[in-house]
Amino acid sequence: MANKFDIQTRVEHEYAVLETAGYLNDSLGEQLSKKAQELIEKGYTQLVINLDKTALINSIGISILIEIIEALDERDGTLNFCGLSATQERTFRMMAIAKYAGIFPDEKAAIANF
Amino acid sequence: MTNTFSNDQVLLTIPMRPDMELAAAKLASVIAESMSFNDDQIEEIQLAMIESCINAFEHSQSPDQSVVIQYIISTNGLELKITDQGIGFNPTNRSKRRSSQPDLHPDMRKRGWGLEIMNTLMDSVDIMSGENGTTITMVKYKTA
Repeated sequence: MANKFDIQTRVEHEYAVLETAGYLNDSLGEQLSKKAQELIEKGYTQLVINLDKTALINSIGISILIEIIEALDERDGTLNFCGLSATQERTFRMMAIAKYAGIFPDEKAAIANF
Repeated sequence: MTNTFSNDQVLLTIPMRPDMELAAAKLASVIAESMSFNDDQIEEIQLAMIESCINAFEHSQSPDQSVVIQYIISTNGLELKITDQGIGFNPTNRSKRRSSQPDLHPDMRKRGWGLEIMNTLMDSVDIMSGENGTTITMVKYKTA
């Protein structure tokens, strides 16, 4: 079963948005981590990850999101999520991710809350 | 699970290969939709199924490298039995597993969340594990 996925990146002056599409597992997570790391190394420390087009996510994918939060922590950066389903948000909150990253309904709110 | 009527049952065997958990989750979604679970409940069932399959893929060391899944449909709800023929594990110890890398924020550890996710998303989770394998039984009840 092929898992089709994609990551779109949009860069603004002070922040960058990473928008995922597809199942967030280890494969998509590693690609997302690589793109986030590239942005962090370029000096972007305010990132949005938009999961609106990611219907399914697994705990390995979430563990990679936590690594991105930690990488930003080391640069005093901020990660805001948006586009989560109610179940994804519930899972993120259970895993304490909401303590260390923002969770917002849409990109506009995620960007406005840096 | 107490049944008022006889069960309908669907059986699926998947190989322990990347993304095969999606096949199990999609079948769960189709069955749950046919039972009129709402969208949030269907997503909860799918995510719990994904975690149970990944748990078997990663830890069972099953010699036949396959997972058997029973989808048991009743008037009360949907029961899922995920079985591997692996070495078994102690679920109490598993929930305390940690990544090999230290976690920056211990309350946001990176690995070892699978069973907690299943417990959060399903109405009941029961684990029977021994040296001949593991069966995780999860139930999502129909609500009025």
